[in-house]
Amino acid sequence: MLLNIKNLVATVEDTEILKGVDLTVGLGEVHVIMGPNGAGKSTLANVLMGHPKYQVKDGAVEFNGEDLLDMDVDERAKKGIFMSFQHPQEIPGVALANFIRTAKREITEQKVNLLEFSKELVSKLNQLNMKQEYMDRSLNQGFSGGEKKKSEIVQMAMLKPKLAILDETDSGLDIDAIKVVYEEIQNMAQKDNSIILITHYSRILDFVKPDAIHVLKDGKIVATGDRSLADRIEAEGYDIFN
Amino acid sequence: MERKKSYIEDVERGIYDIVDQEKHAYIVDKGLTEEIITEISQVKNEPQWMLDFRLKCLKIYKSMPVPMWSADLSELDIENIVHYVKPDAKQSHTWDDVPDYIKNTFERLGIPQAERESLAGVGAQYDSEVIYHSMSEHLARQGVIYMDIDKALIEYEDIIKEYFMTLITPHDHKFAALHGAVWSGGSYVYVPEGVQVDLPLQSYFRLNAKGAGQFEHTLIIVEKGASLHFIEGCSAPKYSVQNLHAGAVELFIREGAKLRYSTIENWSRNMYNLNTKRALVDAHGTIEWISGSFGSKVSMLYPMSILQGAHAKSEFTGVTFASTGQYLDTGMKVIHAAPYTNSTVHAKSISKNGGYAYYRSLLRVLESAHNCKSTVNCESLMLDNFSKSDTLPIIELFNDQVDIGHEAKIGRISDDAIFYMMSRGISEEEAKAMVVRGFVEPISKELPLEYAVELNNLITMELEGTIG
Ligand SMILES: Nc1ncnc2c1ncn2[C@@H]1O[C@H](COP(=O)(O)OP(=O)(O)OP(=O)(O)O)[C@@H](O)[C@H]1O
Ligand SMILES: [Mg+2]
Repeated sequence: MLLNIKNLVATVEDTEILKGVDLTVGLGEVHVIMGPNGAGKSTLANVLMGHPKYQVKDGAVEFNGEDLLDMDVDERAKKGIFMSFQHPQEIPGVALANFIRTAKREITEQKVNLLEFSKELVSKLNQLNMKQEYMDRSLNQGFSGGEKKKSEIVQMAMLKPKLAILDETDSGLDIDAIKVVYEEIQNMAQKDNSIILITHYSRILDFVKPDAIHVLKDGKIVATGDRSLADRIEAEGYDIFN
Repeated sequence: MERKKSYIEDVERGIYDIVDQEKHAYIVDKGLTEEIITEISQVKNEPQWMLDFRLKCLKIYKSMPVPMWSADLSELDIENIVHYVKPDAKQSHTWDDVPDYIKNTFERLGIPQAERESLAGVGAQYDSEVIYHSMSEHLARQGVIYMDIDKALIEYEDIIKEYFMTLITPHDHKFAALHGAVWSGGSYVYVPEGVQVDLPLQSYFRLNAKGAGQFEHTLIIVEKGASLHFIEGCSAPKYSVQNLHAGAVELFIREGAKLRYSTIENWSRNMYNLNTKRALVDAHGTIEWISGSFGSKVSMLYPMSILQGAHAKSEFTGVTFASTGQYLDTGMKVIHAAPYTNSTVHAKSISKNGGYAYYRSLLRVLESAHNCKSTVNCESLMLDNFSKSDTLPIIELFNDQVDIGHEAKIGRISDDAIFYMMSRGISEEEAKAMVVRGFVEPISKELPLEYAVELNNLITMELEGTIG
């Protein structure tokens, strides 16, 4: 088991958002999380990554057998967790390439060969139809909504995490880019890496075969199923889970 | 970010803090009297008019009140400052002739190396006197003069008499008057008409003596169509007693000439840095200020450009970094006194661990200065909730045919940005450092490489006190 979440309860500014989430993710598995706006999906992602704004009140999270909640944010990243943000931050004056290279050096604890790194980065940018110039642009600054999502995918592809949590990465992306995202997901899963995909769109299921689909509503996983669950939501909405 | 934090009171400034054992040839008593001033002037063998001028300045100094509109200067005790410390070294033209302990200090600061690699000339001042001066042959052949100003006072007495403290007069403020009374050392630069000085000249001012003041005077004249990049570096080791720096910089930029004046000041935390800098720019001339203010207990520093000829231009780019116990009051003044003049200000400040960075500026557009343009952009970044930042831009317009753009932003480093970076495996400390370096990047990319590196190093040093 790669990730094991038990009865996770979390608050933000004294408001309880996660009200006892249970979820397990195995090696190489792809899990989809769907749910209405405000259900707590991004909160779950942020709590797993360790955002200081959220307080964990109860429950436990194990990652690779270790207590995840005890770790600093950067430590979690070093253990192999990656989160693609619903709203990526803009960091003026920090070049995209430089940022990813620093991150890679920290995570691998090794020097990063500049030439190999640049080659790989350029090819990832190419795949996403992003010009090479983006390497030297300030991280996400002035990027369009879709470009920010692409920047997240490039970072994921370069950092090669064990578990990627993609928070609505497919929202705002053009269809070509979405295909690249799904290819990247398949690649990762084949290499025994795992993915949690937060999404509002069941079209994703035309490209990716997830191991499970979960519905998060009002801070809890209220249903788990397969493709047919997604189809039901598509047809009837989330009211069926009352 | 919430988590245990440890704060270090002062930064480890490494090489900057290494103190040399004090060996001076000559030192005057503490405090300020006519006798002390006369003594300084006599030791230097100055002409009578300079002594008279010094004594006049002393009178003005005594008659003026301590400025109250900015930093608290009540702890600054002039009677306890030693105003003149002559190092035990004659001025040399090769580093081999400089005593080892002084040479080593400058070696640590990287001056001789920079001289070999990227400078056309160097002046090095240790306490009150310039101990080293040299300039490349080919500049000398073109008539460029770069020498210590005490020597220029003897060799070019008429020129010094004509220009000295005419741009900054002793009546400007109390510390300008003090400077006039006790000034010592500094550089005189003259670039003849049409001469382009390809590599920069650098003067470095090191204040080693404890409880002393440094009052160097820099006078630069760039003639018609000529150009120069002048770099001023300053530092002092850390002491528990006050030191005072009240230098003066007077720059004359003739028609179509261009001067870039770069400074990186890195004072210890016991320093009162009350420096005055002014540039007078003729038609089509350009002054570019680049200014890095680090360290000191109190800094009050507002370079001024007076654009007196049509189409004259002033550009200012500055970074200020204030940490625990520091009050850094910095900014820029521009006087548009002729039509079609142009000024830009690009100022950034960072405050950390309770430091206070105050941006203060003056833009004055005179009646005659129609069709002028001014762009001001100042940004402050606070690294935590107990650091402070303020901006006070003063704009005085005496004609309305002007184009003015003003933008001021004050912000705190965002937890979300730090979280984002940490989520990629970057430590909190490094993430903050990257944000700060990114914040000053528009400025560091304007600097020659060595100084960009120095700026980044200083920022890293300043940041090392915060561990999340
Ligand atoms: N500081 C706060 N104080 C109180 N409530 C908050 C705070 N921050 C977020 N919330 C609430 O937490 C709830 C969960 O938000 P979250 O971002 O996790 O939703 P989501 O499931 O990701 O929604 P979406 O599909 O719209 O992205 C929302 O109702 C939001 O308003
Ligand atoms: Mg969300």
